[in-house]
Amino acid sequence: MAEKIGVYICHCGTNIASKVDCKAVAEYALSLPNVAVARDYQYTCSDPGQEMIKNDIRELGLTRVVVASCSPLMHEPTFRRAVGDAGLNPFLFQMANIREQCSWISESGELATARAKTIVGAAITRVNFNEALEVQKVPVNSNVLIVGGGITGIEAALQIADSGKKVYLVEKEPTIGGYMARFDKTFPTLDCAACILTPKMVSVGQHPNIELLSYSDVTEFSGYVGNFAARIRRRPRYVDEEKCNGCGLCEQKCPLSVPSEFDCGLGKRKAIYRPFPQAVPSIPVIDREHCLYFTKGICKVCVKFCPKGAIDFEQKEKFLDVQVGSVILATGFDLFDASRVKEYGYGKFANVITSLEFERLTHASGPTGGKILLKNGKNPETVAIVHCVGSRDQNYNEYCSRVCCMYSLKTAHLVHEKTDAKVYEFYIDMRAFGKGYEEFYKRLLREDVTFVRGRVAEITDVAQDPSEKGRLIVVAEDTLLGIVRRIPVDLVVLSMGLEPRRDATQVAHTFRIGRSKDGFFLEKHPKLAPVSTASDGMFIAGSCQGPKDIPDSVAQGAAAAANVLSLIDRKEVELEPTIALINEEACSGCRICVGLCPYNAITFDDNANRAVITNAFCKGCGVCVAACPSGAIEQQNFTNRQLIAEVEAICA
Amino acid sequence: MVIELSKRFEPKIVGFLCKWCAYTGADLAGTSRIKYPPNVTPIRVNCSGRVDPTFVLKALSSGADGVLIAGCHPGDCHYTNGNVKAIRRFKLLQRMLNQFGVEKERVRLEWVSASEGERYARVVESMTEEIRSLGPLNWKAMVEA
Repeated sequence: MAEKIGVYICHCGTNIASKVDCKAVAEYALSLPNVAVARDYQYTCSDPGQEMIKNDIRELGLTRVVVASCSPLMHEPTFRRAVGDAGLNPFLFQMANIREQCSWISESGELATARAKTIVGAAITRVNFNEALEVQKVPVNSNVLIVGGGITGIEAALQIADSGKKVYLVEKEPTIGGYMARFDKTFPTLDCAACILTPKMVSVGQHPNIELLSYSDVTEFSGYVGNFAARIRRRPRYVDEEKCNGCGLCEQKCPLSVPSEFDCGLGKRKAIYRPFPQAVPSIPVIDREHCLYFTKGICKVCVKFCPKGAIDFEQKEKFLDVQVGSVILATGFDLFDASRVKEYGYGKFANVITSLEFERLTHASGPTGGKILLKNGKNPETVAIVHCVGSRDQNYNEYCSRVCCMYSLKTAHLVHEKTDAKVYEFYIDMRAFGKGYEEFYKRLLREDVTFVRGRVAEITDVAQDPSEKGRLIVVAEDTLLGIVRRIPVDLVVLSMGLEPRRDATQVAHTFRIGRSKDGFFLEKHPKLAPVSTASDGMFIAGSCQGPKDIPDSVAQGAAAAANVLSLIDRKEVELEPTIALINEEACSGCRICVGLCPYNAITFDDNANRAVITNAFCKGCGVCVAACPSGAIEQQNFTNRQLIAEVEAICA
Repeated sequence: MVIELSKRFEPKIVGFLCKWCAYTGADLAGTSRIKYPPNVTPIRVNCSGRVDPTFVLKALSSGADGVLIAGCHPGDCHYTNGNVKAIRRFKLLQRMLNQFGVEKERVRLEWVSASEGERYARVVESMTEEIRSLGPLNWKAMVEA
């Protein structure tokens, strides 16, 4: 029996119709074999558009449907649902992409229309060979894996755990808190970062539904939506987490002090340490590289003083295997490396510091107890704040890091609050886009900060006159005055841009997610699915997706949590039935496919002398299908016949 | 000039794009409104490793002047290493096509990530130009004679 195909050419408003002659494409479609009806319509994805398709299926008895519109990534689910609602199997539908890959890339209407005809023709030819398929439903494991314990991961973890679901929160560092734990005040409200963060950290530490796995990372990851498996490596702290009560006596007694990473090397910590006093968990770690026991086999002072006998030098790396149904990656960002900008002299001049170093200086529990001091211990009289270091710069990162303008204003405010210094801000554009941000900028204007519009060219100690002697001279073009200015200062704070984490490549590989051009993790859709990824059940939130301030990070953490909870509450998910199937009759038993499958889904049945696919393991890559010399394997919805039909139609 | 343009040879190229990287990258080229020649018609597959070499032969023997296979960069394959399997097949296929007398520029294996819309457009552009300068394939005379 011949198929009756309905073809719908979408105008997408003017997105397609401004280039493609949709009527002509519909007429062409109608001329092709088995096409019963072909219509063009302004917005096919709209309710009336979908109704039109459903009516045609019911009234004309269509057996196949083709919609030519946007990318299948956009509306394939929409139209499959519509087709299904009208009683036709959703896989008897084929989508043709004439927007992203046709109208939007075409120079002329003539070319676009010709290309649209080819694309639609291929889809029509193919749909003849589409088969009705049943989707497989699998249960959703309600456990959740969250990677990254900064403010984003904390927010997501609390939201999910409060709903009664189990959360595994994996953090690489010895404590959660991320960058926010190192900040002094937060813009524009000037809340103390610790005051708003530490209660949340404590809640995470105490939550019965959160299993906090600090000083750990995920080494292996596999599975599919609803059913993932992760292997978590627990690095040895050399302190028994069960026994330790967090009294801190070991830290006090440890005789060895080394520079503290948490304080950017400005302060000291012990060889057994917690990064900061409110660390969660409050269990210290032993720094194997410096500890006298590990380096020289002596000391053991911590062992002597620990009232709980919790020190365990023999502790080994452990692995924990967990099963989860969904994953949130909230791995955050790294700061731009200031030493890359040679002309700013970071590393060369002691009083050129990064914005994070400034945070530690001005932090009440930082190395100077909150005093903003020069390296010689004196108060600065003049301070320069340099915006956009590593951002908006074609030599480094082209993007705007979003947070630097505002935290630079905060830096200026704190300098004014704590010293009598005169403050210069060197900016390119002032970007005060958030709630209360413009008001904060206005406030700083009133606080008598001198704003110089222009990118700093150089920071030098080569004086040109006596007033510059012994000071740092900031050289910048003042683009409002049109002159080059040399301003002598005592302290320069570089407002560092945000970058993808140095290990983002590795994390992306482990979790098989994409990255955008700038290296941050790639979302499914920049506007409509900002925390989803191309892989169902895997979400991204916070600055791992791109630079974000705290409000946006928290909002994304909560958004990812809502996505996860929605997934869990569905209880089961449908899997794409694009799996491979073996035709027992045709299999010659050559075993070529067995070694090719990346998921070990193919085994060999020695008795029957043929290969067997375990459906649940097959992810539908189709590698075995292409390799089978007997043509005994077929991939559902991507059969050889379907794909060859497309090839033939294109080449005709 | 206009008349010359409309008369010039327009190669017909079949493009097999993996849905995770290359197809999404091609979508991005559109979303970014990057213009490129219309000669490569896309066929969406799950993985470059799904492309059976016989598809390429089928395309060339049915009238295509070239075939593009585009997938994720090595190491980035959504299915671990399907693209590596595509490389192996491609190498063998190239040898065979060479024996047929088919110029190697006509069949390309390229890596395009989901964020490389610009790159996809450039690949299509350069491939179209190369094949245009080679002229039509004329498979029948070449292989079936």
